[in-house]
Amino acid sequence: MFKIVTKRKLNDAVTLMEIEAPFIAKKAKAGQFIIFRIDDKGERVPLTIADYDREKGTVTIIFQKVGLSTKMLAEMNEGDYISDFVGPLGVPTDYEDFKKVAVIGGGVGNAIAYPQAKALHEMGVEVDVIAGFRNKDIVILEDEMRAASTNYYITTDDGSYGEKGFVTDKLKSLIEAGNNYDAVIAIGPIPMMKFVSLTTKPYGIKTIVSLNPIMVDGTGMCGGCRVTVGGEIKFACVDGPDFDGHLVDFDELMNRNSIYREREAETTETHMCRMEKLGKELIK
Amino acid sequence: MANMSLEKVKMPEQAPDIRNKNFKEVATGYTAEMAIEEAGRCLNCKHKPCVNGCPVNVRIPEFIAEVAKGDFLAAYKVITTTNALPAVCGRVCPQESQCESKCVRGIKGEPVAIGRLERFVADWYMENGKDEIEKPVSNGKKVAIVGSGPSGLACAGDLAKLGYDVSIFEAFHTAGGVLVYGIPEFRLPKTIVQKEIDKLSAMGVKVMTNMVIGKVLSIDELIDDMGFEAVFIGSGAGLPSFMGIEGEALVGVYSANEYLTRINLMKAYIENYDTPIKHSKAVAVVGGGNVAMDAARCAKRLGADVYIVYRRSEEEMPARLEEIHHAKEEGIQFKLLTNPVKILNDGTGKVAGIECLEMELGEPDASGRRRPVAKEGSNFVIDVDTVVMSIGTSPNPLIRSTTKGLETNRKGCLVVNEETMQTTREGIYAGGDAVTGAATVILAMGAGKKAAESIDNYLKNK
Repeated sequence: MFKIVTKRKLNDAVTLMEIEAPFIAKKAKAGQFIIFRIDDKGERVPLTIADYDREKGTVTIIFQKVGLSTKMLAEMNEGDYISDFVGPLGVPTDYEDFKKVAVIGGGVGNAIAYPQAKALHEMGVEVDVIAGFRNKDIVILEDEMRAASTNYYITTDDGSYGEKGFVTDKLKSLIEAGNNYDAVIAIGPIPMMKFVSLTTKPYGIKTIVSLNPIMVDGTGMCGGCRVTVGGEIKFACVDGPDFDGHLVDFDELMNRNSIYREREAETTETHMCRMEKLGKELIK
Repeated sequence: MANMSLEKVKMPEQAPDIRNKNFKEVATGYTAEMAIEEAGRCLNCKHKPCVNGCPVNVRIPEFIAEVAKGDFLAAYKVITTTNALPAVCGRVCPQESQCESKCVRGIKGEPVAIGRLERFVADWYMENGKDEIEKPVSNGKKVAIVGSGPSGLACAGDLAKLGYDVSIFEAFHTAGGVLVYGIPEFRLPKTIVQKEIDKLSAMGVKVMTNMVIGKVLSIDELIDDMGFEAVFIGSGAGLPSFMGIEGEALVGVYSANEYLTRINLMKAYIENYDTPIKHSKAVAVVGGGNVAMDAARCAKRLGADVYIVYRRSEEEMPARLEEIHHAKEEGIQFKLLTNPVKILNDGTGKVAGIECLEMELGEPDASGRRRPVAKEGSNFVIDVDTVVMSIGTSPNPLIRSTTKGLETNRKGCLVVNEETMQTTREGIYAGGDAVTGAATVILAMGAGKKAAESIDNYLKNK
């Protein structure tokens, strides 16, 4: 059992939790992920490690309420326990010898981009962060990201905060203004990662994306998370989740992620009783 | 006077058209009367050929003699001197190619139903036996077991009996390996696996789940930082293969591992469990092994029309005869001498069918099986919305890539001394599918037992 040490709502849909997991905290690196399972009937869900505290023995996860399990997790509170928490999984991000990097976060993807920016910043790399959101209400981690970057740029689709437009607009203008990036690290919704990759390709800038396919075990034994990279089948859980954005088949990934969509909507509906029961048990 | 019937006492089973709609166990097991009657068929031969056919050398005629007397407790005690998981082995061993293949009674008529008797005794004990498990006196030496599948469990059981302080590290949230994620409930009820594991816990074995060795801890850290004096690697062969044909990335294509894990471990077939599974209209399972039969029979139970697509003929199928027979009875259709060449897209990224070629058998290949050769232009399509690839697995590279000095062969299997099961590093042993590639439960258990003996020798003399 794994204890929820801290819970903080970052906005209506996004929650931060610190989970007591000393073994994982000791080993975690930027770019890696964990898999959690709430209880005996729960599914296994992957989440990227947003931060860790080796001394305290905690691992921070930041998640958006999208399906049943993330909704149920968001209902839980400090002091509660979840059944399973396994990691650190996947390969840590390879920073080579970057001197100047643009880190791009889309929406809740900023939670995953944050440890990347932080790690690079601590290594003395010049880090430009471009944080993109739909609107002002869903902005997360602004202070943390500012502290972990050389320059912090924020965009909203509707212009309600920061600059109006998409992260790709900002990236393009920064490149055109003469910023020579050794790499661009893009984390967010699949279309955003796809368009960042398309933006950097003509400039030949190395682009790293963090993929989020459906997973079951997360240890390479099922291939549910397989993605096509440079024409080859890769398992995102063991070969990734980071890949070269210029080689990823994003359309295929988007298609594969849709497999349980109808089913998910239905389970969220019919499983509400289980959520309520869990909620009541917690209140007791 | 022995029971001279040429046939085994029949095993009671759920009727095919009933059982193919539920996940309850197909074979319901002997009653005490049936077990005693069947035990009477054993001639108690002096040279005991059956024992040599068993990878863990269960003292077969001795336990059967006790069954014949009706002393099931005594029978259980005889079995468990060499086999820690009889309820599992009695169910999933391919007895026809092991103990029963050597039975003298099999020369004329059917061999003694050793597996069914072992299963009966184990089940009887689970229901009627008292837990007399004594915690052995500790010798203070710590041994780590990586993986809680059949080889790890067997190794842990033997070492615990000898007084070692044993910790099993399992990557999944539930222990049991292929016994819980691979073999379906209708062949091996999960409560039985759990009871066998509970018995190990009662002997003092610690089972640590959610521990992916190679990620959270390396083998070297187990030895250097955590004080384990020996390590047994029983991490299996869980990495699925795909064919590399067009359309394998479409929605509706699963590896058998994923399909079975969702169903068996995550219980996706039970309402109120959160893990989803596709409820298909028609499924093609590609392959001819036990895993293919398991996947096909699961798909049938989820309401689909199911095809086994296999490139050779039935004679070459690696699956157990009993499984093939059960699958046929349950209405699985066999498309033999059929090889997929392409999975068709319905235009929205989902499976619309599987295009296959007819095959014919040519000359025998290196493995002795006749090589299938494609018939040019014989392409045809099977209408399915789901494809399950069950063409084999290989060892996961996680441990070998994070442990220095562990030699592997070109298939990624760990190299061991076959006498001692020691790897190319002192104090590190391995066995089961991690060494052999995908094989059987009982061979893995045999390897685990052999390694336990070597580890004991090594640590005694260290």
